[in-house]
Amino acid sequence: MYVGAVFFPLLGACISGFLGRWTGPVAARWTTVVCMALAAVCGVTAFIAVAFGHEPTTVPITTWIAAGGLEVSWALRYDTLSAVMVGMVTFISFLIHLYSVGYMAHDPTQPRFFAYLSLFTFMMLMLVTADNLVQLFFGWEGVGLASYLLIGYWYERESANAAALKAFVVNRVGDLCFMLGVALTFWTFGSLEFASIFGAVDQHLSDRFLGVPVLELIAVLLFLGACGKSAQIGLHTWLPDAMEGPTPVSALIHAATMVTAGVFLVARMSPLFEYAPNALAIVTVVGAVTAFFAATVGCVQNDIKRIIAYSTCSQLGYMFFAAGVGAYQVAMFHLFTHAFFKALLFLGAGSVIHAMSDEQDIRKMGGIWTKIPVTYAVMWVGSLALAGIPIFAGYYSKDAILEVAFASHSATGMLAFALGLAAAFLTAFYSWRLLILVFHGEPRADHEVMEHVHESPLVMLVPLLVLAAGAVVTGYLFSPFFIGEAWQAFWAGSIHNAPDNHILHDMHEVPAWVPLAPTVAGIAGIALAYILYMFAPGVPARLAASFRGLYLFLLNKWYFDELYSAVFVRPTLALSRLAFRVGDQRIIDGVPNGAAVLAVDAARGAARIQSGRVANYAFTMIIGLVLFVSLIFLGTAR
Amino acid sequence: MNAAGFPILSLITFLPLAGALVIAFVRGEEQVVASNARWTALWTSLITFGLSLILWFRFDRSSPEMQFVERLEWLPDYGVAYGMGVDGLSVLFVLLCTLLTPLCILASWDSVEVRVREYMAAFLVLEAAMVGFFCATDLLLFFLFFEMVLIPMFLIIGIWGGERRVYAAFKFFLYTLAGSLLMLLAIIFLWYRVGTTDIAALVEAGVEPRFQIWLFLAFFAAFAVKVPMWPVHTWLPDAHVEAPTAGSVILAGVLLKLGGYGFVRLSLPLFPQASAELAPLIFALSVIAIVYTSYVALAQEDMKKLIAYSSVAHMGIVTLGIFTFNHQGLSGAVFQMLAHGIVSSALFLCVGVLYNRIHSRDIARYGGVAKVMPAFAVVFMLFSMANVALPGTANFVGEFLVIVSAMRVSFWLAFGAALGMILSAAYMLWLYWRVAFGRVTRDSIRALLDMSPREYATFAPLVLLVLWMGIYPQSFLSFFEASVASLVEQHEAAVGGGARRLAEILAR
Repeated sequence: MYVGAVFFPLLGACISGFLGRWTGPVAARWTTVVCMALAAVCGVTAFIAVAFGHEPTTVPITTWIAAGGLEVSWALRYDTLSAVMVGMVTFISFLIHLYSVGYMAHDPTQPRFFAYLSLFTFMMLMLVTADNLVQLFFGWEGVGLASYLLIGYWYERESANAAALKAFVVNRVGDLCFMLGVALTFWTFGSLEFASIFGAVDQHLSDRFLGVPVLELIAVLLFLGACGKSAQIGLHTWLPDAMEGPTPVSALIHAATMVTAGVFLVARMSPLFEYAPNALAIVTVVGAVTAFFAATVGCVQNDIKRIIAYSTCSQLGYMFFAAGVGAYQVAMFHLFTHAFFKALLFLGAGSVIHAMSDEQDIRKMGGIWTKIPVTYAVMWVGSLALAGIPIFAGYYSKDAILEVAFASHSATGMLAFALGLAAAFLTAFYSWRLLILVFHGEPRADHEVMEHVHESPLVMLVPLLVLAAGAVVTGYLFSPFFIGEAWQAFWAGSIHNAPDNHILHDMHEVPAWVPLAPTVAGIAGIALAYILYMFAPGVPARLAASFRGLYLFLLNKWYFDELYSAVFVRPTLALSRLAFRVGDQRIIDGVPNGAAVLAVDAARGAARIQSGRVANYAFTMIIGLVLFVSLIFLGTAR
Repeated sequence: MNAAGFPILSLITFLPLAGALVIAFVRGEEQVVASNARWTALWTSLITFGLSLILWFRFDRSSPEMQFVERLEWLPDYGVAYGMGVDGLSVLFVLLCTLLTPLCILASWDSVEVRVREYMAAFLVLEAAMVGFFCATDLLLFFLFFEMVLIPMFLIIGIWGGERRVYAAFKFFLYTLAGSLLMLLAIIFLWYRVGTTDIAALVEAGVEPRFQIWLFLAFFAAFAVKVPMWPVHTWLPDAHVEAPTAGSVILAGVLLKLGGYGFVRLSLPLFPQASAELAPLIFALSVIAIVYTSYVALAQEDMKKLIAYSSVAHMGIVTLGIFTFNHQGLSGAVFQMLAHGIVSSALFLCVGVLYNRIHSRDIARYGGVAKVMPAFAVVFMLFSMANVALPGTANFVGEFLVIVSAMRVSFWLAFGAALGMILSAAYMLWLYWRVAFGRVTRDSIRALLDMSPREYATFAPLVLLVLWMGIYPQSFLSFFEASVASLVEQHEAAVGGGARRLAEILAR
């Protein structure tokens, strides 16, 4: 069961990837779906056994690397934290595989697609079940690889290739820090196994490295790694571009699972982060700023998938600042609920795109809600959950996040609370802007497209409905375990809270207006969206015209891409050409080539001397004699 | 005698030479000669590989000692002997040579059309020299094999190379010769002081600290050119570009390792103080190599040149790892050399596959290859990812160990070593994009055929190895675990200050 949950997807990927050309697309895709179904059964069973049956376990496989004192093994670690992820990942991945059967039905290279998708799932499972930092890094890079392959799945499109490359390289910037963090961890703790690291944290509280406490440095380095994978501000630029991939990919990788790996990492390393207060403050601020930044950008984008991508970015920010104030459980809870409703929103968007003949610009949609009622309904459910409206899943987790931010009583916590509240308002606003522009109003697509608008087939609707059910009930069902009264028994120590960290208790003692605030902000955002886009549709354009600077600033995503292009990309390419043309070809090669030329010249000169004319020889001899004699005199004179 | 019961190392070394002799005497029609030469070369190299597998199975991994030792007095009056033996550090390199040679012969099966007989003979001589180099336990023998490698390689580049082959061959020859002449002087000096050229005896005798720096630098000149380290690396891209595919494979796969192996085998044990003193210099050169040549790789428009520069960057990781003097660093460096031997060879073979079809190394001439050659695209992707050091592939293990050990020396050193992670991803994936992705716009690309069975056979062992080394590196690490441990111990004992340095670092 424990092994099956992880390795069934790999089996599916291999069969589909290597044999897909012979078995044909139908057999290939159903093989992966069946393998995923088996994995999901195993994964959910494992989740129940570990989290509710309280049977954490580790399945050792074999040694991986052993050199000197450094020993790293392959193993599957199942505690509540990883079991939550395994259950969630296998279940959602199964639904998305199923959905893809319909969505990708007309694609000519399906075996490749399903192989990548299953490979991704395997890597993600390796990541979450790792029992040491290096195996975690294996999964970390593995999901990066799968993400790269899937973003660039339609490799005939140059934009897809650019996005794939960008995703990989930007992630590598984070990975560099991760790697340094791992190296530093090894020299601090003498081990990379989680169990030995966590057991030894209190012996290294006062160790310093480069003038700062070593735990802080490790935590910051690991967090920078997490920033890359989880698209936090600064390293977020790859995520919106990653929407070049097929929509199920966005749902699985860039919403529900891979991008949450950073949050998972912080929760996994909570025993270490708990003793690095400055690092946690950084986590809080970065998370809060990202939540706000991405929400503002989401309000003005016009590509349906990019809006949801920025929304993901923003929600990840929420998770980070929850972890930053020490409430890792709350962060994990939001991760869990978010996986359902964000996957739902993406798949719903996919269904819309499918219906609209691959149109993604919301300015060219509208007036289609009667034609695709099921999609419309599930998009509503997803948006309600995202906006944090009561009884929907997002309400439980997002409310809790803002409560813990408030309850932390620190300056960074209050900043996070304020920005989080603003972001909650914006979240509701852009969600309903999307809903209204996509489904309501006059149809803005051309006649031919509108004729073709159709509801998706059943194989796509079933996953949507299941996820919609999840977006409604997961909050209510699981909140007692994740963050409610049963949290201690549920987590069973897989997440560590320092002895003086009572945040999960304090969150219930905030003033009465705090829990209400996000809901009010959400409803206000919805109302504003209705006013601007339903009742007074001319206003947004006028607003954009009168606040042109701000509008362009947001539309261009705070100019991050332009900045990076000017500061990193172009100078790098210029420098590389300079290094090659001048450094290598002129300077370094100049020396030996110059020497060679000199040698040849000298040889020619020497050859010319041997002209055969006696007079020349005599002249040379006299010169030589004079030089020789004068040297002797110079020598004796001294 | 030794564990095999017969002089196995000499057999592995000289069997290819015998094969070369046989080939040299083949006479007849040109077609028949070519075919016979190919088959003789292939079988010779396969039998050699088969023999060398005995080393894999019979090698005692728990011992740091020389094994399968052979010793014949050669010039007893001068303390020079014919000594062969392998320890954990060298045994896998022998296997690397014997594995890559048959693959090279397969790779040049059709692509070499002129003077096939001479070509195959040259390759077998090359194999003999390389294997001999890694087995030699006597300094003079070591030097002879080191130089002997030059000649067939010079011919392979100079005769079967591309347009500027003569320039490249001379550059290659002069660079490496200049370095090794200094080494010869140092060897003579060592022999003069101690009276023997047996490496173990020389290490035992030790070298006075006041000579160490100069001797170290003399050896360094030879090895640094071979590695190649920045700034003596520019012969490599030229040599790679002009060499035939199999020449590039051997050049990247084995020849570059002669330098790295030389550092581990001679520089470190013979001159421990000088190594420790000059380590900062090596670190600086290594980090420059990693960063600078990665940048240069980004600017390349020639596939082979790009991979050649990437080799320089990866070898920077190796030299950096060696001079951290700790277990992880040395293991990582040796492992990285082996991994690089597999991965860069495979990448050059990939380029060869394309070159055989289109006859161009110009990246701009490609695009959309993945569409018409899906199987090749998978193989190329695998090795590109290995070159980027993705965990699960061979390169990761080496780079990871080196970065970890660099952290012990300094945070910024580790940072410099790890910068290659970002840059390698950039140039490698950009290369892949331009070659394999995109729309097929040229008819020449549209007409491409996917890999032939012979090409499958060439890649299969490399694919297997790169994954095996990535997923279960223990099979390989365990070979040199004991040797590395004793090397580290020896070094720390010799430097004495080893413990002190360590204490300083911990106190910081």
